[in-house]
Order: sequence, then structure tokens, then C-alpha cells
Amino acid sequence: MKPLPARSGAAPSPALPADQAQAVQRAIAEHAARPGALLPLLHAVQDALGHVPPAALPVIAQALNLTRAEVHGVVSFYHHFRSTPPGRHVLRLCRAEACQARGARALEAHARRTLGIDFHQTTADGALTLEPVYCLGNCGCGPSLLLDADELHANVTADAFDALVGRLREEAGA
Amino acid sequence: MSAAPLRVCVSCDASALALGAERTAQALAAEAQRRGIAIELVRTGSRGMLWLEPLVEVEAGIGDSRLGIRTAYGPVRAADVPSLFDAGVFTSPVAGEGAAHALRLGAVEELDWFKRQQRLCFARVGVTDPLSVADYVAHGGFRGLRKALDMAPAAIVQTVIDSGLRGRGGAAFPTGIKWKTVLEAARSSQSPISNPESRPSKYIVCNADEGDSGTFSDRMLMEGDPLCLVEGMAIAGLAVGATQGYIYLRSEYPHARRALDAAIAAAYAAGWLGADIGGSGKRFELEVRLGAGAYICGEETALLDSLEGKRGQVRFKPPLPALKGLFGRPTVVNNVISLASVPLILERGAAFYRDYGTGRSRGTLPIQLAGNLKRTGLVELAFGVTLRELLYDYGGGSLSGRPLRAVQVGGPLGAYLPASQFDTVLDYEAFAAIGAMLGHGGVVAFDDTVDMAEQARYAMEFCAAESCGKCTPCRIGSTRGVEVLERIRAGIEREKNFALLEDLCETMRFGSLCALGGLTPDPVRSALAHFPEDFGGRA
Ligand SMILES: Cc1cc2nc3c(=O)[nH]c(=O)nc-3n(C[C@H](O)[C@H](O)[C@H](O)COP(=O)(O)O)c2cc1C
Ligand code: SF4
Ligand code: FES
Repeated sequence: MKPLPARSGAAPSPALPADQAQAVQRAIAEHAARPGALLPLLHAVQDALGHVPPAALPVIAQALNLTRAEVHGVVSFYHHFRSTPPGRHVLRLCRAEACQARGARALEAHARRTLGIDFHQTTADGALTLEPVYCLGNCGCGPSLLLDADELHANVTADAFDALVGRLREEAGA
Repeated sequence: MSAAPLRVCVSCDASALALGAERTAQALAAEAQRRGIAIELVRTGSRGMLWLEPLVEVEAGIGDSRLGIRTAYGPVRAADVPSLFDAGVFTSPVAGEGAAHALRLGAVEELDWFKRQQRLCFARVGVTDPLSVADYVAHGGFRGLRKALDMAPAAIVQTVIDSGLRGRGGAAFPTGIKWKTVLEAARSSQSPISNPESRPSKYIVCNADEGDSGTFSDRMLMEGDPLCLVEGMAIAGLAVGATQGYIYLRSEYPHARRALDAAIAAAYAAGWLGADIGGSGKRFELEVRLGAGAYICGEETALLDSLEGKRGQVRFKPPLPALKGLFGRPTVVNNVISLASVPLILERGAAFYRDYGTGRSRGTLPIQLAGNLKRTGLVELAFGVTLRELLYDYGGGSLSGRPLRAVQVGGPLGAYLPASQFDTVLDYEAFAAIGAMLGHGGVVAFDDTVDMAEQARYAMEFCAAESCGKCTPCRIGSTRGVEVLERIRAGIEREKNFALLEDLCETMRFGSLCALGGLTPDPVRSALAHFPEDFGGRA
């Protein structure tokens, strides 16, 4: 369970920008009628927008005939859903035991130090967001790192990490 | 040499990709084109030998048989590819021998590491194209389902009971007995009155949440032979009278998701899913649902709440999910490996499967070797092998070259085992007898640089991060546990804090609704019991 964010579920929410509203409507149209629709719907919104904007919650709640508090409760329960936009790239570092046994603790310290951020934070230039993850199923060749949606990295040394970060920053600059 | 282009197999398994298999595959295709040599590049699952990935297997066909003999080379980096061509690997291979090259390994089936395994569940993984129904059928696929289509539901259930198969998700509950409960829940739940929303009256739910660190057999199976899971779920549907299945897949597995979606679409197109499976007139529908990064959603009742679109909180039992599960209907919840073991049991019979194993642990277990070992990966063996054989004979000892000091089996809730317990036999009861658990078969090895007090602290930290919040001992106790262990590590009021830790462990063990809170004390206490020197010595 995630610690509850300071922001109360009942606070008035700003209106959803038009493009975001459209993405939310598309997700609703595609998923609302499915049994147990809320998770697939939230995934669709986050896939489209990179996060689930708090202003989308009342819209989703209404479409599924739920209270806004119920939707908020679900969004806040799951580590995967975020309510603020991430940086241009998301780095998920595995913190779990099998990776620890192959040097993940040192990598984690290196990542925080060199990026100058903690987990759940984004670098000042907006390039990278660092997230913890507990196992990526790559436990035979950790330390493991998942870049964005599906780029899995194995045996990530500090040097490999720096090279990856350098590449991402270069791509952004180019 | 046959006229058909040589089949060249490279893995598309997520770990193989992380180790560079995509770059190798691209280099193979580009180099073949550059040299004007025709090859048929096939993407398979992984053979499970991670230290040899990217593995390239070249099939020297006999005549125009598609089932020729393969010669393996590995690990093949993209930069090694031109030299393979130079050596004649793709132009003048000898059937069964390939061509001489420094990376040549021979036939995978003849490698010591592979030869001694009993690959029942993983027989096709790394061999077939995971998304090809034709390949699947050519390698024995859908024979179990064919048989099941001609059997009465009770007879299918009895076969699974007789096989001795126990759930591979961790709790080791007999799969057939669970199915029997769901089958017999029939009459009470099928009246139209209790089914007002005309939803299916029963469900098959596959638990593909695989959250335990050190485990990846579900992932490898789903990526390497997803149709086997499809077949197992369809058989489960026939056995209990369920027409809808869901695979609850963790969101951390994007590659498995793509493989499952594609395999399910292929199975629908070939008539193995849908309203008329295998031309039988019987229905089974299947879809994938994604989790959202919550370890507790691997617990079956939390999983069901999550599937229903709620917070993934653990339910009180009873009622059992078998009687009142998804949307209140009787539901089979089984692990990926449990379900994927079923097709072979139906095809070859209960006795065939039961003949493997030891004691009350029948059949085989796909074991995952992880952490600080030289040869990590997937080994499928009958129960009865010792931990020591796994760590040294298969695993090759530590990757770092330092002595192995501790091993955690069965995920984050499993006890830490010291070297003096390495002769324990892989068997559910033998592990229970030493206060440990086999769980999902993950083996995580640590060398002598591990700080066991830090591991104990992490166990509490993980519990605090992943608690569903329903019970106080788990939610609050774990946070206290982190603090207490930090004070012990800092040498503050040690005696008092040891006593406090013991109290906390007792409270969590007996006051928690599920195994997350209930078993987190196991790694903590075992670390303390076997490695007291890491806690500054215990008076
Ligand atoms: C905290 C917790 C996490 C679990 N995680 C998983 C999991 O990731 N995969 C799984 O198959 N079973 C998991 N289980 C076990 C399930 O509750 C359940 O026993 C299992 O899905 C039943 O299937 P089986 O009989 O085929 O093993 C977990 C249990 C607990 C208490
Ligand atoms: S023990 Fe923890 S995870 Fe399990 S039900 Fe209680 S609070 Fe939830
Ligand atoms: S523990 Fe890091 S990938 Fe499994």
C-alpha cells in the first residue's frame, strides 16, 4: 500500500485540458463496459498520458458509476499509477533480493548520487524519473533495470548505468 | 544440404533480450543478407542457460524435415556474427555437428547442464516458435486438450488429483482437489436468479503475478510457450464447467504480455479458443488483465479484488475462492506453472507425472537459479534434488568466486538458509521441516559479503512497502521492525531491541491475515538464528 498522498481525494480538481479529456474519453469508450473495468481503464489513461491526472478521477468515477473516493482509493493503492507526469524517460531499478546479491545496492546508491535525486523523483532537467521496482523477473542476470515501457537491461554496472543515462540525455539534446 | 533455408533460432525471452539477443538477431539477418545467404530466423523462448545467452541454435535439416538437429553456439554477441558466417556455420554445417567455431557448444540436449534435467513443463520452451500454433501442434500441443474434450469433467478432475500435482504458486495445495470443489459448486450457482447479470457462472483465473524475487519461471513459460498455458486453462475450464478465463499478469512483464496477447489471438484464429474449441461445440474465452505493481495482488483473494477493479486487499476466508471467487462465482485460481503442467498430465496420464518426484512432492519443479551464481537460469527437475547440487553442480558456485554464505528459497517470505542446510532435499515437507519453504522454486544465492542484518531489515521494509493495510500487525509491525533492526545495527539498546523484535515477530506471525505479514518473520528470524555475528553477536 502506498502512503496516502497529502492531497485529499475531496479537494476540488482543476479542469482537464482538452487533449487529456479526449484520451480519458477514449479509454472510457474502450473499457467501461468490461467487467472489472477500472484497472484496464486506468492503464489505458496512463499509457496515453504518462500519468493519471487527478482531474480525470471524477470523469472516470462517473463513467463507472463509482464514487470519486473509490477511484482515488484504487489509484493510490497501486504503485504503478502516478498522478504527476514523469520525466521524458522512466528508469525502474530493481531493489529485490536476487539483484541485491549481484550488486544492486551499490548501483542504487550510484544512481541516486549521480542523478542527484531519490526514488519517485525527476531530474531538474526533466529528463529522467527514478522509480524502485521489486523484481523484473530478470533475477539470473541482475542488477536489473527497466527503461520506459519495455527496454530491459541486465548486469547493470555503474559504468553501464552512466552510459545509458548519457545516451538518453544525448538523444534528448539531439 | 536441404533446399529449404536453414532455421536459425535466437531467443526473444526478456532476459535473453536484456543480454543482447535482439542485437545478435539483427546482426544475423543483416550479415546473411549482405552475403546473400538465405536463413530462416526463428525467435524462440530461452533454453534457460542465461550465461550462454544470446544463444544461437542452427538447425541442419535432414531432407526437408522441419525438425532437424540443432547445434548451439553461445554466447554470441553481435560482433561474433561475421566469424560464424566465416566458419561456415550457415553454409556448410554437418547435421548433428554444425561447423567448428570457438563458440560451438554442440546440441543443447547433450550439454551436461541440460541433459540431466527432466523437462516436462518446459519441454517446448526454447525449441518452438512461441506464437506458432502449427509449431505447437507439431511438438505435441493440444493433445491433452483433445483428450479432455472426450472426457467427463469428473474424470479430468480425477486425473489431475491422481497425478499428485500441487499448486506451484507457493502454498502447494493439491490442484485436483481445488478443481473438484469448483466442479461440485455447480448446482448451487447456476440458477438464473443467482446470475442476474448473466455473467459466466464460473471462472478460471491464472495467477501470473510472479512477484517473488528470484523467480521467473512463469515469465519464461509465458514468453516461451504461451499456448501451453492457454491449453492448460482450457482444460481447467472443461474440468469445472467454466467458460471464461483471465490471466492476471503483473505489469512488470511487458514481453510476456505481448507473447500472451499474440498467442491468445492465434489460438482464437485456429479455433482453440472461443465458442467451439477444437470443433467440440464447447466454449472457452480467455483474456489477459494487467496488475499494477502491488506484490500483495499475488495473494489469490487480493488478486480477485484487483480483477474486479478494486484495491487489492486480502479477503477473509471463508468463503473459499473455489466457492465464492471472482464476482462472487466459483473460481479456480492457479499459478501459471500449475496450469501449464496439466496438458502433459492429460496427454500422458496421471501415473506418468506421479512417477517423478519424492514423498508427497510429485512431478517436476521448474527451479530458478538466481543471484550470485555462475550459471543462473531455469532448471526443471523432479523433486528430490538437494540444494547443494543446485548451487554447485548446476549453479557452478558463486559468480564472485567467494564462498556462498546464505541462500533464500521461496521468495521474500522464505527463510535464509546457511551452508549447514544446503543438503536439504527439494521437497515441500523437507523444507517445512526446517522452517523454510519451497514456494515458487526460486533459489537466491548470496556470497560472504552479504550483511544478514541488512537482509533482515530489508524483509521488514518490503513488508511495510507492500502490506495491503488490512491488519495492524503487518502494516504497523513491519514499520516498527525496520526501526528496531536499524537500532540493533547501530548498537543501540541491543538487548531491549532484540526482545522487541521477537515480540514483533510473534505478533506478526499470529496476528496477520495472510502470509505477507505472517511469514515476514521467517527471513528475519532465520537471519538472526543462523548469522548472529551480523547482528553484532547475540548475547
Ligand atoms: C503475499 C502473497 C503473495 C503471493 N504471490 C503469488 C504469486 O505471485 N503467484 C502465485 O501463483 N501465487 C502467489 N501466492 C499464492 C496464492 O495466494 C495462491 O495460493 C495461488 O495462486 C494458488 O495457485 P496454485 O495452487 O496453483 O499455487 C501468494 C500468496 C501470498 C500470501
Ligand atoms: S498480513 Fe498484511 S498483506 Fe496480509 S492481509 Fe494483513 S495487512 Fe494485508
Ligand atoms: S530480483 Fe531483480 S529482477 Fe528479480
